[in-house]
Amino acid sequence: MWKWLHSYADPQRAYRLSSTLLPWFSYLAFAFIAIGTVWGLLFAPSDYQQGDSYRIIFIHVPAASMSMTAYIAMASASFIGMVWQIKSADWVAASIAPVGAVMTFIALITGAAWGKPMWGTWWVWDARLTSELVLLFLYLGVISLYASFEDKVLAARAAGILAIVGVVNIPIIKYSVEWWSSLHQPSTIKIIEESTMSSDMLYPLLINIVGFGLLLGAITLLRFRTEILARNSMRSWVRELAQIEGAK
Amino acid sequence: MAVAVPIINSTLVSAAKLTCIREERILFDELSFDINSGDIVQIEGPNGAGKTSLLRILAGLSRPYSGTVLFNKKPIQSCRDDYQNQLLYLGHLPGVKSELTAAENLNFNFKLMGYSNFDCIDILNEVGLSGFEDSLTGHLSAGQHRRTALGRLWHSNANIWILDEPFTAIDKKGVIILEQLFLAHANRGGCVILTTHQDMNLIDHHSLKKIQLDYSLI
Amino acid sequence: MQNNMSYSQAFLTVLLRDLHVAVRHRSDIFNPLLFFVLVIILFPLAIGPEPQTLSRIASGIIWVAALLSSMLSLERLFKADHLDGSLEQMLLSPHPLTLLVLAKVFAHWLLTGVPLILIAPLLAVLLHLDDQSYQALLMTLALGTPILSLLGAIGAALTVGLPKGGVLLSLLILPLYIPVLIFSTSAIDAASMNLAYTGQLAIIGAMLITSLILAPFAIGASLRVSTN
Repeated sequence: MWKWLHSYADPQRAYRLSSTLLPWFSYLAFAFIAIGTVWGLLFAPSDYQQGDSYRIIFIHVPAASMSMTAYIAMASASFIGMVWQIKSADWVAASIAPVGAVMTFIALITGAAWGKPMWGTWWVWDARLTSELVLLFLYLGVISLYASFEDKVLAARAAGILAIVGVVNIPIIKYSVEWWSSLHQPSTIKIIEESTMSSDMLYPLLINIVGFGLLLGAITLLRFRTEILARNSMRSWVRELAQIEGAK
Repeated sequence: MAVAVPIINSTLVSAAKLTCIREERILFDELSFDINSGDIVQIEGPNGAGKTSLLRILAGLSRPYSGTVLFNKKPIQSCRDDYQNQLLYLGHLPGVKSELTAAENLNFNFKLMGYSNFDCIDILNEVGLSGFEDSLTGHLSAGQHRRTALGRLWHSNANIWILDEPFTAIDKKGVIILEQLFLAHANRGGCVILTTHQDMNLIDHHSLKKIQLDYSLI
Repeated sequence: MQNNMSYSQAFLTVLLRDLHVAVRHRSDIFNPLLFFVLVIILFPLAIGPEPQTLSRIASGIIWVAALLSSMLSLERLFKADHLDGSLEQMLLSPHPLTLLVLAKVFAHWLLTGVPLILIAPLLAVLLHLDDQSYQALLMTLALGTPILSLLGAIGAALTVGLPKGGVLLSLLILPLYIPVLIFSTSAIDAASMNLAYTGQLAIIGAMLITSLILAPFAIGASLRVSTN
């Protein structure tokens, strides 16, 4: 059942596959984000309550949803790496981590910037923002653990275990933060009222979410390729590749 | 468990295409060999050739970059309990706690292996530590420290002994005693895999198998 | 020469050895405890001695101090064993690693968690904690500190091979402690308002059981990576 997975465990095949996929992801990501952002910022109607300031959701919501998706993807890759002992999967996880952290950071910054016109303050201990902040620290933990090991094969395995532990804890943390927030501020302002969103706002948002997903994939593939080359630099196929690239 | 009847040349543990990469450097590539009962095998090679890495991979402490270590024709990861029942590993670090006495240390190490009826005082006499049973090992000399760890060899159910530099800090007389012990173990049908920089006296070059790292299996 | 040790015997062997070592190395027990006391004393000095303010934030201070002091003691949980090679021997033992690891974590909790529970009521007096909250404080500490040891041991196992793992350990583990902190302090606050806090205790209990089941596997896997 999982045999096909093992064939991509071979670094050389994984490298070729990611090289094939990379242009697709990059061009599609560019197209989707361009369409979604232009539509959202220029053509979508302005909100009757918030005016134009709501338009930050076209960045904030995709970044926030990808911050979570990236973590789950990272933990899944780590899980595959741990159970089937596939090093390429560990490298995928290590490649996702910084991209996910940046997505989380964008979500935090845009969320804070949105808070200024809405609540008159840069930071509110709102459940979503707080969870996002904790998520950022979970990412930073994985990244610095990976950076601390000299031996990167071990580093990827250690970071993978932490990612799996994190993904088990995320629902608990999210739940506890939401519960805490409801306890301390009974009437929180909802950031998005999904039900009231008109389709003119929803479509560009969805397009941008897909676009951010593709962007996440593209940057991960790029980093994954580099990771494979760095880990296999002593292999003959990498040396040959370097010579071919150097000759160009 | 009764001591196994030695079956000559039955394979105890084998390496299949082991590759070890440390810090982007290939230490050994696709190394394969069998270790049979009755073998005393010395891993040879210059410093940094990967002797300790190989021993740790054979013990199952390290995971090779690729390849497997087989025990009973199964990868050791899939039969860890059985393998570890048959394994005695002594690394660079002796695994002796300086806050405990020599007897307490030995006692703990035996219990950790699952043994119950043993006499620590007797064994400490054997390794030349009589009178030191109740001294904290932190106060003992380097050689005595090492002897406390080596005491485990005197009461072992394990067939496979993996010893990293067992003679370090041991005097000449001690080396001879250890060699006798290795020979007896091999005659019982066990095997000893070791690294050492010292010359051995009793174990002659014919019976000693060597695995040369950087070169090939001799 | 029989390999006939039961699981409970193996568990006890490791537990007793760790207690034995700790008794001969008492600073490992007392230093985190002193740290806990000192952190708590710093708050009235920083905020002011007003009883209302202190009793309002007492639960938070005690719990944050507990998290920090557990961090301090966890760093050493596997360090000594790693440095003298006994960790390797534990990994190579025929007994299940999860069991041995659980014994070590239990020893750690007995040595650092239990003293903390015992001394907490005294410190609560200094912080003017409401009378009706003492029971909640003790209950949350009793259920919560083992979770700190279990989760923290994962971080300790991941960083044991690193030369400067201490700061990294807190980055890895403190985010995971957040749910324990939230539910514990809210239970104590609820008690101070004479409200029921069994719900919070039940959640902490559930977290304890979950981490008791899952954490040993994560700790074991982490140790295998760290000693590689």
